[in-house]
Amino acid sequence: MSANATFNIFRGDRLGGELKEYEVPVAPGMVVLDALHYIQGHAAPDLAVRWNCKAGKCGSCSAEVNGKPRLTCKTRLDDLPLAEAVTVQPMKSFPVIKDLVTDVSWNYRVNRKIPPFHAPESVEWKMDQRDVDRVQEFRKCIECFLCQNVCHVLRDHSKQEQFGGPRFFVRVAGLEMHPLDDVSRTHLLKDELGIGYCNITKCCTEVCPEDIHITDNAIIPLKERVIDDYYDPVRWFLRKLKGKNNGA
Amino acid sequence: MAEPGTAVHRGRFGASMRRDAWWVELVPVVLVLGAFSIYATWRAFENNYYEWGPYLSPFYSPLLQPSWWPFSPAILILGGPLGFRATCYYYRKAYYRAFFLDPPACAVGEARSHRYRGETAFPFILQNLHRYFLYVALIFLIILWYDAVHAFFFDGRFGVGVGSLVLLTNIILLSFYTVSCHSLRHIVGGKVDCFSCVAFGGPRHKTWKGLSFLNEHHMLFAWLSLFSVGLADLYVRLVASATIQDLRLL
Amino acid sequence: MNEKFETHEHDVLIIGAGGAGLRAAIEALGHGASVAVVCKSLLGKAHTVMAEGGIAAAMANVDAADDWRTHFRDTMRGGKFLNNWRMAQIHAQEAPDRVRELEQWGALFDRTSSGDILQRAFGGHTYKRLCHVGDRTGLEMIRTLQDRGVHLGIDVYMECAVTRLLKDGDRIAGAFAYWRETGRFVVFKAKSVVMATGGIGKAWRITSNSWEYTGDGMALAYEAGAELIDMEFVQFHPTGMVWPPGVQGILVTEAVRGEGGILRNKEGERFMERYDSEKMELSTRDVVARAIYTEVREGRGTEHGGAYLDISHKPAEYVKRKLPSMYHQFRELADVDITQGPMEVGPTCHYMMGGIRVDAETAQATVSGLFAAGEAAAGLHGANRLGGNSLSDLLVFGKRAGAAAAEHAKRSTPVNIEAADVEKAAREMLEPFERAAGDSPYQIHRELEELMQNYVGIFRNEEDLQKGLAALDQLQQRAAGVKVEGSRLFNPGWHLARDLKSMLTVAEAVALSARERKESRGAHSRIDYPKYDETWAKQNNVIVRDGDRMRLKQTPIDEMAPDLRKIVDV
Repeated sequence: MSANATFNIFRGDRLGGELKEYEVPVAPGMVVLDALHYIQGHAAPDLAVRWNCKAGKCGSCSAEVNGKPRLTCKTRLDDLPLAEAVTVQPMKSFPVIKDLVTDVSWNYRVNRKIPPFHAPESVEWKMDQRDVDRVQEFRKCIECFLCQNVCHVLRDHSKQEQFGGPRFFVRVAGLEMHPLDDVSRTHLLKDELGIGYCNITKCCTEVCPEDIHITDNAIIPLKERVIDDYYDPVRWFLRKLKGKNNGA
Repeated sequence: MAEPGTAVHRGRFGASMRRDAWWVELVPVVLVLGAFSIYATWRAFENNYYEWGPYLSPFYSPLLQPSWWPFSPAILILGGPLGFRATCYYYRKAYYRAFFLDPPACAVGEARSHRYRGETAFPFILQNLHRYFLYVALIFLIILWYDAVHAFFFDGRFGVGVGSLVLLTNIILLSFYTVSCHSLRHIVGGKVDCFSCVAFGGPRHKTWKGLSFLNEHHMLFAWLSLFSVGLADLYVRLVASATIQDLRLL
Repeated sequence: MNEKFETHEHDVLIIGAGGAGLRAAIEALGHGASVAVVCKSLLGKAHTVMAEGGIAAAMANVDAADDWRTHFRDTMRGGKFLNNWRMAQIHAQEAPDRVRELEQWGALFDRTSSGDILQRAFGGHTYKRLCHVGDRTGLEMIRTLQDRGVHLGIDVYMECAVTRLLKDGDRIAGAFAYWRETGRFVVFKAKSVVMATGGIGKAWRITSNSWEYTGDGMALAYEAGAELIDMEFVQFHPTGMVWPPGVQGILVTEAVRGEGGILRNKEGERFMERYDSEKMELSTRDVVARAIYTEVREGRGTEHGGAYLDISHKPAEYVKRKLPSMYHQFRELADVDITQGPMEVGPTCHYMMGGIRVDAETAQATVSGLFAAGEAAAGLHGANRLGGNSLSDLLVFGKRAGAAAAEHAKRSTPVNIEAADVEKAAREMLEPFERAAGDSPYQIHRELEELMQNYVGIFRNEEDLQKGLAALDQLQQRAAGVKVEGSRLFNPGWHLARDLKSMLTVAEAVALSARERKESRGAHSRIDYPKYDETWAKQNNVIVRDGDRMRLKQTPIDEMAPDLRKIVDV
């Protein structure tokens, strides 16, 4: 039981850094975050790691384990090939602050662009579970930002200025599909959050620790709504005929 | 955005710390889509062996043969199904990854820096027309159902040949592929925020739930129906060119 | 040292961005104040996200007979009548409106068939009372408050830790803090400060709490001269994970029992029959925690020293729908499918009933300009908190604290911060870097956790508490000489060194109060004094700073208003 595992962990800051090797004794059921804590407590007291709940509920401990974006608190050592060293690196799409901690403040700035929930005056606060079910999936998001990290539009093409990223499509989906919300956000989706940059290659869905079907249930339905308002020639023509502009 | 200063983390093509063989999932997509495209193009231009007895190849249905058209009739109609598949949300994922390497796989670096505009500009902005290809595909579906039923009538009398079953299987798989479409799911109920507030909300919700279930398997139906449509054509070709004999079962 | 410190000035400074802090911020903003929220983590990661079961509010959507009186009675009975009864009354009366408000800000609760907010059963609550969203109610709540607050324009200072409250004479004038990211210091000038810092569970080894729960708010308030009460009442949640070792202590929501989960010992016996044959698994948390602990101690525990909690008699689909995160948690972390077999569970340190003494109406502490809400404040829960009363506490008293803090700021004249105080606070933070030798903060923390687990745990006695206090004294001396390695740039060792100071302060307060209360009541169980004591039924333990020493005194509990007395005497 007391075999050792080797970890190669990125140590450094915005100026640069390198992978450093650490030995950690393995216990049953151990996760990568446990190993990081062990290293903090015994070898590198200043190893910077974000974490809170250690139960997959807060989304703080995101990193790239053997190149895959993961929550370190849910990545078990017995699922990793321990014959070779385990590599732990910070999320690539965000600037490194120190070691495994990255600057994710861009996400909070994007969130501010999204108009909040708004219900019509005098609405009766009754909702059907059927209608609530769909939105509750999006509300599961724990903001670990792994989807933002893996999305190639941000990761490889650095479209932070033009593109909001999967997390915020999930957030907008939660508002747009809220049974009592009366704000249209298709303009925002098209122009501010750049949903057209998404080429639905689904990496966000693959990494989501909450199993939210980001692409199929949030992004594609939102793309369809944007099409309704902006890219559907027949609807456009009908709107012209009626002389009114629905939500656009 | 900033990079941590390790060489291993830079965005070279294929650069990744992933330990698994991430490229493995690209290989079948490249091979199958590639082979299908070559086969379909060849068959469309061949202009021969598309009909035998009650069987009509799906590549040539509906069979339009206007006198002013000198080429293969397939070319007149292939745009419909081709457009439906080309703009399909699943196939987009598959070919953006396998053929455009954008991205090649999750958390794997892309080929040098290129100007990326996604689906915001020509040509890919046309993907937004998927729903119109869906409408066309639904018409094709009716026609192909007619063909499939027709394939059970030999000289006006009911009968079953292997070809009848091949065409029937094909149209069933095509039906699953078509109704599991994301755009259809949107039109049927996806656009509704409050099923309990709209007319026919109950039935719409049920339909939407059903289509959502099928939609989860859209990828599976996409591949199965691709194989079935290719094999159905191949079967008709083999029989029509007398390479093999159609086996009558009934 | 003439470093020029970054300074921010606001009317109201809120420390902590969990449910209470955010609710207070929204309210203070509504009262026209300029509001800053400072939090140690990123926004939205506060411990509130861990809350699973639901928000207790007598909305009577499921059980029409429910009303605030029953909720009030349940809360008082659960707290063994040590509660501040006025707080319990306000809480029971206002909780339903606070829940409706959340819904109007976009929260989506599970629904009844008639479209209202669905409510579930929970330990100690007479009726089905917990408004919930599957088993992730806290996440829904914090996201709703977070988005509301951000769009109203609260300034949030994320990953910023307060190390000292600053005073202007007898009143609060602001706080001194450091940015976790850069290690640079920052001064906040404010007329009102709201403590919404949560609990203290990180001082125990087996805990459901995160690293943030180091008792900062209580320790800072104590240092600023505020009174702490009921510090002996630490809630051990009956059901934490016990296996594998890495996940020990992680919470298993009470909703499992609320949805019909059954507790059994190694012999398959439904042992709650022997401890509370009426309420069984849905007895109050103190009772269930002691029951499990006793079963294990008497040799009827499971393989890994816990009890079996089984929900697998319910349909698998139902379990996955109502308890999705429990299903995933056990499948991913313990290889257990809870729809097929039982979970292994045991008590885990969970919640602090004690804390900063506040006024029931305004949430003001005993220092002018200082307010407290949520787990950092004390009074509402008495000797034991009912499940679900925490989230409603955050909303009800968060709102009140925010309003009172804003009003206080309006009435106040400008505050002044002494440069010398700021210098002193900065020096204190830099010292650990300058020491040539000293313990590692991680080592001290491990010893503290072990000590509290062993000597100040679920069952207590004079001898253990005495040993604990002596050991704490030793640790405090060593902690004063810890050595920190590395730079000020995001350095968790350095952060822990500061957090240790808070943990040691509250740990001492807990042990002192526990030794003094020579009876068993609610979460406080003395093996050497197993019964209720009439004298102790009428007084609270109060911790107050006396020079550099911690002093313990008792204050009498106010006589309950006669109309309320009638309600609880039914």
